Amino acid sequence: MVGVARVIVDVLPKAEILDPQGQAVARAMGRLGVTGVADVRQGKHFVLEVDDDVSDAELERIAGTLLANPVMEEWVVRRGSTVSDGAQA
Amino acid sequence: MSARVGVITFPGTLDDVDAARAVRYAGGEAVSLWHRDTDLQGVDAVVVPGGFSYGDYLRAGAIAARSPVMGPVVEAADRGLPVLGICNGFQILCEAGLLPGALVRNSGLRFICREIRLRVENAGTAWTADFTDGAEITVPLKSGEGRFVADDEALARLEGEGQVVFRYAEPAPNGALHDIAGVSSADGRVVGLMPHPEHAIDALTGPSTDGLGLFSSVLARLTAAA
Repeated sequence: MVGVARVIVDVLPKAEILDPQGQAVARAMGRLGVTGVADVRQGKHFVLEVDDDVSDAELERIAGTLLANPVMEEWVVRRGSTVSDGAQA
Repeated sequence: MSARVGVITFPGTLDDVDAARAVRYAGGEAVSLWHRDTDLQGVDAVVVPGGFSYGDYLRAGAIAARSPVMGPVVEAADRGLPVLGICNGFQILCEAGLLPGALVRNSGLRFICREIRLRVENAGTAWTADFTDGAEITVPLKSGEGRFVADDEALARLEGEGQVVFRYAEPAPNGALHDIAGVSSADGRVVGLMPHPEHAIDALTGPSTDGLGLFSSVLARLTAAA
């Protein structure tokens, strides 16, 4: 049986792309009385449960062609811990 | 025989009826295409209308760009089929890789819904041939994610190659780089713009009839080619 692992894909707007949502969040932080937060960028966090036989290249293709738009976003793919192992069932 | 123009409907599309009406006003036959279709029914051009396809989940246009109907649209566009994307349709064509750049949240975070003046920057495309360079048209703008962005190199190429087709005639209310409202593919057959020409084809319901020019442009070209 093929194991299943958790894969995390984090997507953020590129630094050079104006992120008005992140700016609005940063301003709201000031209203909480917290100072010292210089910048906020708002992105997306995807949690995938992926068969172990899915290659890094396939994950990269998923991230770079669907989960993120390379024109305006950057992304990081991380393989996490094993979710379940069919062989142990 | 009048030219046949396909109008795609995705779940969440809003402006397909007006787009089809604009095609008919300009003298064409509108052919309804569904997002699950894999056959374009031999249409001579395609309009990807506005709305909120698939609820704009993930990113505006991202899911629609990978829907079944877009495969044949991309293939046909590569062979020269004229394609027009309006608002969400523009976002879909960018996500599908048919047009350069991307559309992101308006810089002021507000949804903008009002009439706006555009300058036609390139009257040489399949969808703008009935205009003259520098002509100004008035059409509605109604979008929350209409801010056109591209990297500096891409912007320089778009400007240099005449691929900026429409520019806001005032500072872009959504913060679009270079005040860009619409762009084209390198061959000028695929055009996308955020404002809505299909809502400006009849004085009874629109701010002008300027929008009709996009549809008459493509139909004139198709008729001449037939």
